[in-house]
Amino acid sequence: MTADPLVRVTGLRKAFGAHRVLDGLALEVRAGEAVALLGANGAGKTTLLKILATLMRPTRGTVLVAGHDCAREPERVRPHVGLIGHGSHVYEDLTALENLKFWTALAGLRAAPAELAGALAAVELDRLAGERVRTFSAGMKRRLSLARFVLARPRVLLLDEPFAGLDQRAKKWLEEHLEAFKARGGAMVMATHSFGRELAVADRIAILSGGAIVLDTPRASLGPDAIARLYRLHTEEGA
Amino acid sequence: MTRVLGWLAALALLAGLGMAFAVAPREATQGTVQRIMYVHVPSVWVAYCAFVVVFVASIAYLATRAEAADRLAHASAEVGVLFTGLTIATGSIWGKPTWGTWWTWDARLTSVAVLFVMYVGYLLLRGMIDEGERAARYAAVLGVVAALNIPLVHFSVLWWRTLHQPPSLMKPGPSSMPPVIVRALLVNFAAFALLYLYFVAKRVRLLRLEAEAGA
Amino acid sequence: MIFARRAWSVVWKDLLVERRSKETLNALAFFSLLLLFVFQFALGPDRERLAAALPGLLWLGFVLAGLLGLGRTFVLERENDCWEGLILAPGDKSAIYVGKLAANVTLMLVVEGLILLLFAVFFNVDLAPALTGLALVMILGTVGLAAVGTLFAAMTAQVRARELLFPVLLLPVQVPVLLGTVKATEAVLLGEPLGAVGHWLGLLAAADVIYIVTGLLTFDFLLES
Repeated sequence: MTADPLVRVTGLRKAFGAHRVLDGLALEVRAGEAVALLGANGAGKTTLLKILATLMRPTRGTVLVAGHDCAREPERVRPHVGLIGHGSHVYEDLTALENLKFWTALAGLRAAPAELAGALAAVELDRLAGERVRTFSAGMKRRLSLARFVLARPRVLLLDEPFAGLDQRAKKWLEEHLEAFKARGGAMVMATHSFGRELAVADRIAILSGGAIVLDTPRASLGPDAIARLYRLHTEEGA
Repeated sequence: MTRVLGWLAALALLAGLGMAFAVAPREATQGTVQRIMYVHVPSVWVAYCAFVVVFVASIAYLATRAEAADRLAHASAEVGVLFTGLTIATGSIWGKPTWGTWWTWDARLTSVAVLFVMYVGYLLLRGMIDEGERAARYAAVLGVVAALNIPLVHFSVLWWRTLHQPPSLMKPGPSSMPPVIVRALLVNFAAFALLYLYFVAKRVRLLRLEAEAGA
Repeated sequence: MIFARRAWSVVWKDLLVERRSKETLNALAFFSLLLLFVFQFALGPDRERLAAALPGLLWLGFVLAGLLGLGRTFVLERENDCWEGLILAPGDKSAIYVGKLAANVTLMLVVEGLILLLFAVFFNVDLAPALTGLALVMILGTVGLAAVGTLFAAMTAQVRARELLFPVLLLPVQVPVLLGTVKATEAVLLGEPLGAVGHWLGLLAAADVIYIVTGLLTFDFLLES
């Protein structure tokens, strides 16, 4: 059974004034698939993720996420999308539990205290549930963001350099959770800079250069050196 | 098309001037300075029309996201502020020899002054947002709020000035005006309306060219 | 009702943060005290002149404190990088508007109560007989101020020079509310029955309704990106 892809982008153009950051971009991601988005700084990775998350409107082209048009019906896309970006989305003066309670309630979800506690336990923050987020490290804040998605269960997860700033243990933990997310049928687009261990969770790599995806290939047989070579090849040509 | 508008406006203005100075009767107590009414009153009528256009265009933009609606709202607000400024200036010039003061908290003048400040704020907001799409959206919301506020301003200022005070001395009230004066006012109103249309058309065109050039 | 629960979550969060940090309330309370001194110095020690100007001074104080407090409506979201989080939250955005509005009205009424108390003490005015009338006018006026203030705060949150633009946009729009509240307060303090200023109260109520409905309908457009 091949269902429709959870993410389908065709002919995407995003222009800021006269400057076209993205032009003619196409991408498809199916359920249970993870795509690693590689590209230089300023190539448009974050822009693409924001458009998929409905934080920005495309200038032209079609962007369908979970079957809905991001430009025309963003409110119908939002329940199905989770974004873990550069912003932490946490209120420093509130505790981990209070943050989770707020964001869950704002999303219109009813969550009993036991469910909230369970979500914190799933991201190993249960012992810190009553601590103010002000004291948290970057990795802990990212875990708290993920706790929201344990309850919200988005079908598409968008991650902007999720492994940056994490120690080895946190990286391993994140990798396991992302694999579990894929196994449940979620689709993932992950923007990243590195070619190493972090790509293990990706099924495909897509290289973004010159405003479009210039290479979209399965990752399985490629080691870090091969990926680095492909990257240099395609970004020099494409740019 | 715009050029025709421009010529029509020029002709109508000449006609209006003619009516104001030659045809309309000389006012007994105030003398020639009263003729400034033929600029002052049509100005404020056109200004109100301009802001109604801003209101409608703002709603149209929020509903359709058509950039043309945004450009129309922008242009109409600019020209509206221009005519509002003209109203205040002519009101002031009229007031000085008539009442001996440049400014008075007369109901109409005050309302128009509040209007002026509201829409200058609208233009300031536009000027401070760089991203075109967000500027259009935020300005549209402000355009709606400002327009809905106009009747509230009108009544609050009117009651503020008139409930314990004699009504305004500024003559053309809505009632009992000789037809020749009404005609002169209407001709000038038509002239100013044409001028408004000409300015807005030119401004919309300029905005469209700027957008296409990616400014 | 999901809408009410979502709006309530915003109120709860804002009041909880405020109770923990006490930033806004403390500063506004102190600001009220300073206002009193400034008015006194600006208008001179003539008690009668101050008493005659009391309605205007009172609402001047409320508006100034309101400008400071309302301008900070979304500062929490900005400082904590949560603005995107609000946009991404599924559901009707106007629930956020209602929540923020309720939190703002609560905060402002507390500060206004404090200003009222300080005025009564410093200017030796007996406000007790006029209290219910005053309360009504204060509620009507504060809702009007906050309804537009919350909307404009969202509008200026992401804009350059927001501290300047916010009062510049809010003050002209609030002219009807200012006129209405000062006139009604005048009457109440003079001991007149509320019926005498029924038209002003009607105007304030109409303004409140218009502003809130407009806010509910347009807030979505401000929180798009």
